[in-house]
Amino acid sequence: MARRGPVALRVVVIAYLVLLVAWPVSLVFTGAFANGLAPVIETFRDPLVLNALRLTAIAAGWAVVLNTVFGVGVALLLVRRTFPGRRLLAALVDLPLAVSPVVVGLAIALVYGAKSGWLGVPLANVGLDVIYSTPGIVLATTFIALPLVIREIIPVLEEVGTEQEQAARSLGAGPWTTFRRITLPAIRWGLIYGVVLCLARAVGEFGAVKVVSGNLIGRTQTATLTVEELYMNFDREGAFAVAAALASVSIIAIAIVGLLRARTERRTS
Amino acid sequence: MSIEIRDVTKTFGSFTALDDVSVAIRPGSLTALLGPSGGGKSTLLRIIAGLETADSGVVTIDGADATRLPPQKRGVGFVFQHYAAFPHMSVARNIAFGLEIRKRPKEEVRARVDELLRLVHLEQFGDRMPSQLSGGQRQRMALARALAVEPSVLLLDEPFGALDAKVRKELRDWLRRLHDEVHVTTVFVTHDQEEALEVADEIVVISQGRVEQTGSPDALYDRPANSFVMSFLGPVTQLDGRLVRPHDIEVLGIEVRDAVAGVVADVQRVGNEARVRVGVGGAPPVAVVLTRAELRALGARVGDTVWLRLAAGAATLPVDDAALAGSHPAAGVGEVGRALAGASSPRG
Ligand SMILES: Nc1ncnc2c1ncn2[C@@H]1O[C@H](COP(=O)(O)OP(=O)(O)O)[C@@H](O)[C@H]1O
Ligand SMILES: [Mg+2]
Repeated sequence: MARRGPVALRVVVIAYLVLLVAWPVSLVFTGAFANGLAPVIETFRDPLVLNALRLTAIAAGWAVVLNTVFGVGVALLLVRRTFPGRRLLAALVDLPLAVSPVVVGLAIALVYGAKSGWLGVPLANVGLDVIYSTPGIVLATTFIALPLVIREIIPVLEEVGTEQEQAARSLGAGPWTTFRRITLPAIRWGLIYGVVLCLARAVGEFGAVKVVSGNLIGRTQTATLTVEELYMNFDREGAFAVAAALASVSIIAIAIVGLLRARTERRTS
Repeated sequence: MSIEIRDVTKTFGSFTALDDVSVAIRPGSLTALLGPSGGGKSTLLRIIAGLETADSGVVTIDGADATRLPPQKRGVGFVFQHYAAFPHMSVARNIAFGLEIRKRPKEEVRARVDELLRLVHLEQFGDRMPSQLSGGQRQRMALARALAVEPSVLLLDEPFGALDAKVRKELRDWLRRLHDEVHVTTVFVTHDQEEALEVADEIVVISQGRVEQTGSPDALYDRPANSFVMSFLGPVTQLDGRLVRPHDIEVLGIEVRDAVAGVVADVQRVGNEARVRVGVGGAPPVAVVLTRAELRALGARVGDTVWLRLAAGAATLPVDDAALAGSHPAAGVGEVGRALAGASSPRG
């Protein structure tokens, strides 16, 4: 039973959210359709824009997959095991949130640069370019979104404790079955939220990608970089249209989670 | 199936939770691991289950060395204090879990689950979620789940500890009856001496990582090996420099040989019991428990002089202050009351 807060408080909260979130975001959508549907359609017919959207989808897809798999693994390690260096690892996990994306981009460029990077040179020798190429974009995007899944799961893992897992083990389940049938269902909401946040963050990444991609139009330009480019070139409808597409992905993802959640809550109560 | 624990030691960092513990558990018995909290009971139970590994020593289940076996290969059922229900599965699915893991045919699983639901009196609740059950019902579900895979050994860690007194009592009696029906070797942990005395065939008293004594409830109650066991299992008082149970003291109105003279300091009647404190010069007051009829026959009132002596066959031990410190919570002289209610009716 949610108690009704005082009216004044509600007004403040709503005004705050509208001014900071809802209004600016809605302006992106209205801006996109300022001159009707035609310019929007034209924008999404542009092969360069389509390419950028595809690249963003690829980078975000990899970031979600990698961060989900490793995120679950790292979270399990951090919560369920004790080992020397655990605290250090936990602190490291937060680093991508604390460091500016531009710094992340530069760091990746230093390590993977084809000319002088520690790893970049040997990789270039076997024919794999990381910087100014898709792998670098995937790497930067994954790095930036790395803590999100982990940070969503850790508190859930801590809260459910180990007894259910131990019960499953004593009932004959091996480690993998226990994970799949007990641990995973227990953390599913945290995981879903983490994945959604990760997706939204990956789709929207700008700074780190800008550094590592070289912003080669039609090749390494992601959707966010395209938005900037269109905006700078005074193609406002185009910029708003792509921006609206990016915003839609996040809004739809969050809406789906909200709906799913409401449905399961209704079913179990 | 028998369980044998030989020379098991377990440390957590620099703390020794189990110190060279050896216990043999008879097949088909209902054994209680009893002792103060922090004594290492759960650790021992978890080592039997394979949820914890011993630093050294051997665990044998049904004659086979199980020391290095993972929990899923040991054939043990484990029941946790806080049920460890799988919250995303219905009661029936919870119970079926172990059978589904073993890929038993659907028909067989359904039949077995129905049978278990009946056994634990949850026939109506198969389709509910665990969150819709009371604590006692959840624990019965957890028991059915553990029994479903026909474990050779059933292990319960303070299974009734999270339940209120009335439900706890019911479940305790029910566990006893269930064991008489199912006959699976069962070990349960408790810090409640009343629970152990009432339910178990065999009690292992554990304190500070060591086994203090093993035996039947009667043997432990009547012939405690040391003052720790004596005071942990029930109320004790001191008479003439010896530790003795308050109901093992006779109160006489006339002087007899070897009796200790004292003055009645306090009389408290609870139900059919009369708890009398008798001041004896120099020593702490002696707590005595009489029946109401005995008190009436004696006719003693506060301030009267009486004579105390040991009843025939009374168990006594020399007073050992070190072992008494921090033992039975209600064992202090003059504080007999609370524990008496339970200790006065050990299982026959
Ligand atoms: N995983 C663990 N890590 C550190 N100490 C532990 C762990 N498990 C138990 N202990 C310690 O071992 C001692 C015995 O614990 P336990 O076996 O749970 O006692 P009991 O069940 O008799 O209350 C306690 O002091 C407890 O703090
Ligand atoms: Mg315990």
